[in-house]
Amino acid sequence: MMTALSFFNYWVVVILMMIGFYCVIARGNMVKKIMGLNLFQTSVFILFISAGKIVGGSTPILREGVEVYSNPLPHVLILTAIVVGIATTAVGLALAVRINEAYGSIEDDYIAEEEDGDGQ
Amino acid sequence: MIVAIAIVRAKDLFAAAMLFAIYSLLSAALFAVLDAGDVALTEAAVGAGISTILVLAVLAMARRQERPKKGHNLLALAVVVVTGAALIYATLDMPEFGAPDNPPQVHVGPYYVEQSYPDMGVPNMVAAVLASYRSIDTLGEGFVILVAGLAVYALLATPPRRRKKRRDHGQEESS
Repeated sequence: MMTALSFFNYWVVVILMMIGFYCVIARGNMVKKIMGLNLFQTSVFILFISAGKIVGGSTPILREGVEVYSNPLPHVLILTAIVVGIATTAVGLALAVRINEAYGSIEDDYIAEEEDGDGQ
Repeated sequence: MIVAIAIVRAKDLFAAAMLFAIYSLLSAALFAVLDAGDVALTEAAVGAGISTILVLAVLAMARRQERPKKGHNLLALAVVVVTGAALIYATLDMPEFGAPDNPPQVHVGPYYVEQSYPDMGVPNMVAAVLASYRSIDTLGEGFVILVAGLAVYALLATPPRRRKKRRDHGQEESS
């Protein structure tokens, strides 16, 4: 059963990933950049979770009358990744706050101008 | 996906934060559909809850509006489109979605499905793997959280006096 829909999950992942990537490289605002990183990260989560899915399977909790379970290992990996991801997000946002205190802005180009101004 | 595009386009960072919470909830629903109940719960709590609070806390201290940019960044767009096209081309070689004989399902996965209850006595396989087989990993995760907390503390706990002096110093130099 090889249809175009067999790869739909990968396409969703790629499109989300590219939206996040664009957000990271094209947006000057640091909070926006961190949101883009999070988008990217979530797309990777979806990739892993969809790799563990079996059609007709069920949540990996043992109970009566269920034969097929989805693979629990990607779920474990992604649980850890979500928690680590929030930790890195927190550090990034703290850096943004610190930069805001030092420069009065969290915009990339504004800070670059500021730095140039100091140099002259 | 539409919500994600809206996040990128939203100039008001407060609106972007709210949209991000919606996005997290939607992805949590997607995880629930993909049979990952534990992941869905964590994503709803952490992604939609904690990260929104963190972003809002930052926005309370920083400026709320993003500075408008002139035009679109065509170079970035081109890079993104090329990378995305390459990745989509690569997906054609991936195993198809949800088949029971996919590589992830035939290697070590079945061992955990069959043996985790006899080994650990916990019906929830995700919890069994996370807390028993891979408990050292989870301990390491705890250390990561600790280090991140220390880093945030170190970044934000500098006394304001020193920062002020440095800024005054910079102004003197520039004037």
